Amino acid sequence: MSLQIIKSGILDTIQDCGRYGFQHFGINTGGSMDQFSSQLSNALLGKPLNDPVIEIHFPSPKMFFEKETVLCICGADLSPFINEQLIPIGQPVFIGKGCVLEFKKNNYGARVYISILNGLQIEEWLNSFSTNLKAEAGGFYGKALKTGDRLNYKCEIKFKGLQSGQTFKLLPWSTNKINHFSNNEIRFLEGAEWNLMTFDSVEKFKNDEFSISKFSDRMGYRLIGGNLKTKKEESMISSAVSFGTIQLLPDGQMIILMADHQTTGGYPRIANVITTDLPKLAQKKPGDVIKFIRTNLKSAEEKLLMQKKYLIELQHACKIKIDRLLDVIL
Amino acid sequence: MHNEKLSLFALGDSAMVIQFNNVISLDVNERVMMLYDKLKSLELPHIKDIVPAFSSMTIHYDISLIKNEAGNDLTFFEILSKEVKQIIEKESIIRIEKYNKIKVPVCFNEKFAPDLNEISTKANLSRNKIIDIYLSKTYRVFMIGFLPGFPYMGEVDERIVMPRKMQPRNFVHSGSVGIAGKQTGIYPFNSPGGWQIIGRTPVKLFDKNSSSPSFFKPGDEVEFYSINENEFANY
Repeated sequence: MSLQIIKSGILDTIQDCGRYGFQHFGINTGGSMDQFSSQLSNALLGKPLNDPVIEIHFPSPKMFFEKETVLCICGADLSPFINEQLIPIGQPVFIGKGCVLEFKKNNYGARVYISILNGLQIEEWLNSFSTNLKAEAGGFYGKALKTGDRLNYKCEIKFKGLQSGQTFKLLPWSTNKINHFSNNEIRFLEGAEWNLMTFDSVEKFKNDEFSISKFSDRMGYRLIGGNLKTKKEESMISSAVSFGTIQLLPDGQMIILMADHQTTGGYPRIANVITTDLPKLAQKKPGDVIKFIRTNLKSAEEKLLMQKKYLIELQHACKIKIDRLLDVIL
Repeated sequence: MHNEKLSLFALGDSAMVIQFNNVISLDVNERVMMLYDKLKSLELPHIKDIVPAFSSMTIHYDISLIKNEAGNDLTFFEILSKEVKQIIEKESIIRIEKYNKIKVPVCFNEKFAPDLNEISTKANLSRNKIIDIYLSKTYRVFMIGFLPGFPYMGEVDERIVMPRKMQPRNFVHSGSVGIAGKQTGIYPFNSPGGWQIIGRTPVKLFDKNSSSPSFFKPGDEVEFYSINENEFANY
């Protein structure tokens, strides 16, 4: 045994970069809502970016570590404490046998990602470890973690740097690229049905602020405000949608499709949030306000490539650091 | 190869929609499935997922794996568009996968068919007549969506075309067979839903332990036959 959930949070699931290649069967991709923080937590441990992580929210789970590990916490700042001591996010930490990890206060953001160096013995389903709650497959038996669940590590590690009396130790590197929550600007590309909107609605979309409704979850964010209109009632033929597609519902409200969105949809696709701004959006909570900023495809693609490059370079650098500190025993 | 109206547009920065004639028809869907088979068989590394729908196909791609050999300032979307257009124009595209003809049992017993009476009233046809009309057609699976394994099939006979329920149900039992407009479909899971429910199949439509977990595939041809409650229970 390795890691035990002493008390579960509201929604603790295993996620990765998502399940691709099966959407023609209606199987949604799932995956981490905040892909950047999810991959960042892996990169800081020198792990493959697509490795499965634990995605948690607030109220958060309380975890007991029966064996040594190194973990890295990225994403929202929920005040992580190990053995009653506050630890920083975005910095790997060695955790000795018998440590307790908990999260005490929601400072900012909505989701936290925990990467665990020795990996978890969990279920791969259709090329992904992401939890599909509907199909009850992938991750930890296809379910959210509950109190009493135990997750085994894939291997054991030996850490060379712990002094006597220490129960845990922060490793000497971190990133400052953790704060992508600071503003509320969400960049978008015009969607296929952008021109269906009336002139007034286009202006509203571009100029108004919209708040995130309480009816928002991993499937989609409903927005409050706008009451946008189309020039004419258009009956759409259903087709595929994507993470970040902004649909206009018949009642004039918008929904932004998020990680667990359905594979297809039949509402006007007025816009799409660019991929590099989805993490920022995924860290917004009900009540938070966002503002849409128009951008172009070239710029969106450049940002996406830059982000990918940053993560890969960080991962390589951290892999070298971690290998110096640890022995892995398979 | 075909004189057809075809447009390509971006769905965000990581997906592309190939839109055929924007109608629901067997011919158009057939073209979608041909191109789907063709693209799938090429196993292009930058293409992560291909999703066929009624009259369109969507490609989800990874821009970091698209090569910009010319070194020009085209967007990755434009580079991929060129590639896709070349595939469509150059290659002779034929349907690679064989059609599946599937027979699906349905029990139309009252307790499985909460909306059959309403349809009967609206269509001014007896329950049995509606069932006969429903069973008389072969349906095509135009696409799978909404839920894992949920087939969008069409088209139902004009006489039993029914709009979605004004107030969707919070709970529709798995296996429920429904009508929405000209479409018919089956719920693979318990789910909220707004389709008019006329029966239930005992067939398991989604098996997560199978390498091909969905009972239906896009392009399948489906015929229904009626079973009684006893046959349903013992299926």
